[in-house]
Amino acid sequence: MLFPFLWTVITSITPDGTLAGGPTLVVDNPTLEAYTTLFASMPMWRIVANSFGIAIASTVLQMITGSMAAYAFGRLEFRGKNVLFGLYLATLMVPLQVLVVPLFIEMTKLHVQDTYFALLAPSIAAAFGIFLLKQAVEGVPRELDEAATIDGAGHLRIFTSIVLPLIRPALATLAVFAFMGSWNSFLWPLVAIRSPELMTLPLGLSTLQGQFTTQWNVVMAGSVVSILPIAVVYLFAQKYIIAGMAHTGLK
Amino acid sequence: MTAAQPVPTSAVLTAPGAATPTALAPRRTAASRAGRSRGWKNTAWVLFFLLPSAVPLVAFTLIPMVTSAWISLHKWNLISAMEFVGLDNYTKLLSDPGTRRVFGHTLLYIAGYLPLVYVGGLVLAMALNQAFRGRSFFRAAYFLPVVTSWVVVALVWQWLLNPKNGLVNQVLAVFHLPQPGWWTDPTWAMPSVIVASAWKDLGFVMVILLAGLQAIPADVQEAARIDGANAWQRFRRITLPLLSPSTFFVLVISLINGFQVFDQVYVMTGGGPAGSSQVVVGQIYDLTFRYGRAGEASALSWLLFILILAITALQLRGQRRWVTHA
Repeated sequence: MLFPFLWTVITSITPDGTLAGGPTLVVDNPTLEAYTTLFASMPMWRIVANSFGIAIASTVLQMITGSMAAYAFGRLEFRGKNVLFGLYLATLMVPLQVLVVPLFIEMTKLHVQDTYFALLAPSIAAAFGIFLLKQAVEGVPRELDEAATIDGAGHLRIFTSIVLPLIRPALATLAVFAFMGSWNSFLWPLVAIRSPELMTLPLGLSTLQGQFTTQWNVVMAGSVVSILPIAVVYLFAQKYIIAGMAHTGLK
Repeated sequence: MTAAQPVPTSAVLTAPGAATPTALAPRRTAASRAGRSRGWKNTAWVLFFLLPSAVPLVAFTLIPMVTSAWISLHKWNLISAMEFVGLDNYTKLLSDPGTRRVFGHTLLYIAGYLPLVYVGGLVLAMALNQAFRGRSFFRAAYFLPVVTSWVVVALVWQWLLNPKNGLVNQVLAVFHLPQPGWWTDPTWAMPSVIVASAWKDLGFVMVILLAGLQAIPADVQEAARIDGANAWQRFRRITLPLLSPSTFFVLVISLINGFQVFDQVYVMTGGGPAGSSQVVVGQIYDLTFRYGRAGEASALSWLLFILILAITALQLRGQRRWVTHA
């Protein structure tokens, strides 16, 4: 299972010439030249920074918009709440493919196509996170709010000092999925972005494949650069991912 | 929207519309000043908490949805003026053999992919449910491909299945077996994509089934063992039925994802050779951005959406027949 990854790393440190004879598992003279070529031929630092920036921004935004909406649906009373929540859930069912063309047109009309904003726009709010967090908010005992209300706390106070700290596990789960989703997303950036300096890693990699059709060590070096951060994020977040599965009722 | 695809649907599955009872009726009769000001205040709070999510959802999901339906009724190349054609795009697509072809490839993909990930994931889950040293390492190792981007996975497999010097063909050469061109060969292009996809998603299926296995009470298995049931009988009569909710979830998710397959095809084969691995979403992308037929592309994406919705609805209805809840 890990073998293809292992092989990716090995290929990336194999000198260019020796690859022609077919791939090997033992590298006689490992070299980092593929990485040098990679960083020389593409704005790799920029691409990695873009991926991080967009992933972190969309994660933070989804946590903010999601937790606020979750509070509204979980704690506030208002007319048409169930209908509205149903509408939110319905957006979950729409495949990205249905939206890609009109989104592209919308960005063109707003004159923000080929910008960071265009990359970020579809992931500012996501119904998945709102749903996940609403379940968590409903798990917070109402007695706590009531006690706080008696003490004179308003909604903002209850939200920030009672609800948010208590739904931390759900927030962490959302963070992991939002980060993963953004880091790996391909179709929307492919459509939204033209400028090489705005590229994210998946786009950069698929471009790389076109440029270095014969230099697989360079392509694999790019793959390593893209796997490393998500592997680290995953290792730290592993327990939350499994917890997240339990959260959504997958038992 | 960009969140990991499999999860959203789970949310829908666990609680379709399972919201809290209806909100309090607004206090219209008690037109006391205090009541009215409380009403306004409440509305203000609702807006404060909901607008940050409602605005982007309307702007970047709802409006595009409506636009997409509108575009699907037009002939449009993204540049010149739109020309209203009614349902022409739909009738054209439905009678076009090209449409049948891309749907056929997508179904072929699903037919190959589903049994592979389910059986593979089940075997892994059963193995990793046993207590042994290094178990958490293996669980993490099998999950790593899930968090890796499709682009990387597709590139790695394109390399492994390289016709000239890929590892798979080198191994086949050692045993003097035929060495197909894999993704460069019309017959093998789709199977290559299927293998790469199954490898990537195996960990996801494994984790879900693992959670399901752990929910099966140990004493049920123990009781069956005492009654003389052998391993196969216990698997067949206890494990499989009690695992049916997880199996159901895996099937629903995998089908939805299967119909939307794109990234790996785009990177590995680009739909080729000679369109032999072109799938529905690939066709939507090409129609729009290569051939400038946005109207048809929108119509095709709605056909796909309707098909997915119908199949998901059928699965939800059919689950009563075979899904046992412990």
